[in-house]
Amino acid sequence: MLSVRDLSVAVDDKTILRQLNLEVRAGEVHAVMGPNGSGKSTLAQALAGHPAYTVTGGQVTYLGRDLLAMSPEDRARAGVFLAFQYPIEIPGVSNAAFLKAAINEQRAARGLEELDAMDVLELLQQKLELVEMDKSFLNRPVNEGFSGGEKKRNEILQMAVLDPTLAILDETDSGLDIDALKIVAGGVNGLRRSDNAIILVTHYQRILQYVEPDRVHVLFDGRIVKSAGKELALELERRGYDWIKDEVASLA
Amino acid sequence: MSTMIAGTDRYLAEFESLERGAHESPAWLAALRREAMARFAERGFPTTRDEDWRYTNLGPLAATPFHAAGPGAPGDLSAELVDRSAVGPSAWPRLVFVDGRFAPEHSSRQRLPGGARLSSLAEAMTTDGELVERHLARHARWDADVFAALSTAFVQDGAFLHVPVETVIDAPIEIVLLTTAPGVLAQPRILVVAEPHSRFTVLERHLGLTDEACFVNTVTELAVGPGASLDHYVLQEQGASTFHMATVHAALERDSTFSTCEAAFGAGLARTTLTVRFEGQGGRASIAGLYVADRRQHVDHHVTVDHAVPRCSSQQLFKGVLDGSARAVFNGRVIVRPDAQKTDANQTNKHLLLSDGVEVDSKPQLEIFADDVKCTHGAAEGQLAPEAIFYLRSRGLDEARARRLLTLGFVREVVERVTVEPIRRHLDRMLETRLGTRPATTEWP
Repeated sequence: MLSVRDLSVAVDDKTILRQLNLEVRAGEVHAVMGPNGSGKSTLAQALAGHPAYTVTGGQVTYLGRDLLAMSPEDRARAGVFLAFQYPIEIPGVSNAAFLKAAINEQRAARGLEELDAMDVLELLQQKLELVEMDKSFLNRPVNEGFSGGEKKRNEILQMAVLDPTLAILDETDSGLDIDALKIVAGGVNGLRRSDNAIILVTHYQRILQYVEPDRVHVLFDGRIVKSAGKELALELERRGYDWIKDEVASLA
Repeated sequence: MSTMIAGTDRYLAEFESLERGAHESPAWLAALRREAMARFAERGFPTTRDEDWRYTNLGPLAATPFHAAGPGAPGDLSAELVDRSAVGPSAWPRLVFVDGRFAPEHSSRQRLPGGARLSSLAEAMTTDGELVERHLARHARWDADVFAALSTAFVQDGAFLHVPVETVIDAPIEIVLLTTAPGVLAQPRILVVAEPHSRFTVLERHLGLTDEACFVNTVTELAVGPGASLDHYVLQEQGASTFHMATVHAALERDSTFSTCEAAFGAGLARTTLTVRFEGQGGRASIAGLYVADRRQHVDHHVTVDHAVPRCSSQQLFKGVLDGSARAVFNGRVIVRPDAQKTDANQTNKHLLLSDGVEVDSKPQLEIFADDVKCTHGAAEGQLAPEAIFYLRSRGLDEARARRLLTLGFVREVVERVTVEPIRRHLDRMLETRLGTRPATTEWP
């Protein structure tokens, strides 16, 4: 589904990702772990098409298309979803209006007819239950005045509503209490199907107790330096990241 | 007259011909008009050397010859066109003015509850002469403001609304003011008198049907009696080359509640001089406005809130969206006089700048002479946040839609103050149209 080859990305002329490689197949959940500053968020933002992240080399193929040639909105319409590490507040725009616009933009791109306000409301109400959010969330401005946990749950709500083919979650688990973490994990598991894929970018192993990954990758200094099954996450939890750094250093 | 300032002479000539024709005016009015004309001639159009006009150049207005619409039936506007020009349903009482002239054939004056009276000002001079004399030109400061003076000098006709004690009118009263004839000088005048404990809503819709240069000089006086509650809305949608000079003065008596909300989209040069004066304790005022300007539009708001007495509260919220080479001027003056203890006044003015070519001059002016008061003000200018644009794009909205949604979000706070559904819907449509077709580009910083 997603094939990242030798991807290099710079921010403000500073190289963050260095010839990174990653293969994700339909039906898989991949965890991308790594210490702070290793490039995890850069990978997530670059895949979503953030204009501040400049691709300086490599290719990304998504469902047979050149992802890097697509605008952020075209990526979203093609089923790519990024759950933001720091969701943006949008004053004056209600969650409901925002979601209705997003749903209908994506439907239009797929040749489906627009949903009217009633249809959208019905869809949203179903999905609200999934993330245990009250209906009043819909009338509040997007993320404005939301607690950290509410913002993260709002990202999961958007994901559930937009039903992406490739979901990238950028540290959605950070800063959540255990109840919120379970809700987020439930949202991710609810999305899991044989025809879509999920990339969980995370600093911690704990969400992986609830969402079982197929592959775990360690990102360090802009490269994936180790990939293995879910047992790698437990090892990282037990031993920290320093042994990875030592391994990389000994190879250099 | 030897010191007469350029640009005023042709108005003087018009005034003299008006005087020759106006035999039926009451003596007090004739005297008032002559006095106001003298004041206008003496002061002339302000220049940018005048502090209140520092950022608004009236040179082009003074240099253009405009002529008052002649008496008699205004043009051949179809009933259908006039109907479309109204915001509310036909059930709303409606007065229509064409180029400042009352158009009775297009107006509908249903029987209002409690003996409330809605009529042309000319009629009211006969039927309610004493009331008109007590209020007309007694609130708007024609002695200090040349545009109020010019209006007063030519005052003949306009809208008159009198709502008696404890009368509640549910349907908003709509005053439709159409600008149709190229080169016209239209001077609509609106006088609203709210007697104690009355409650009602008035909507002024200024709509331009020509893109040729016109000069609209409108003056609205609102006398809000003790305990009365008045909601006032203004929709300004003049043609692109119109000079729209608006003076609004609200005088609030004890325990009255007043709200005014203006949405300005049109005109080449628009100036609103809005004054709210508390004349009795316990008054409350909500003062709001939003303006959208692009190309070379110039929109100027001078707002004065005069806390002359204790225990009144005023809230001001003005938001402007500027694109192209538009220019906005905002001057928010709050006066708290020595006696006006327990005043609660706040003022917010924010601008969203959608292009590099726009210019904003925003100035708060707080003059506080009492000590036990709460006064705050805030002004801000900014562009759409690139992070927010990206967030919306990452959900599938293209850049133009993302920018439009964010811009609508910026003005929403003002739009939400509009509680009358048909006005709100109209405003939403205006915003959709106005913000929808703009070309969009983002420069990543």
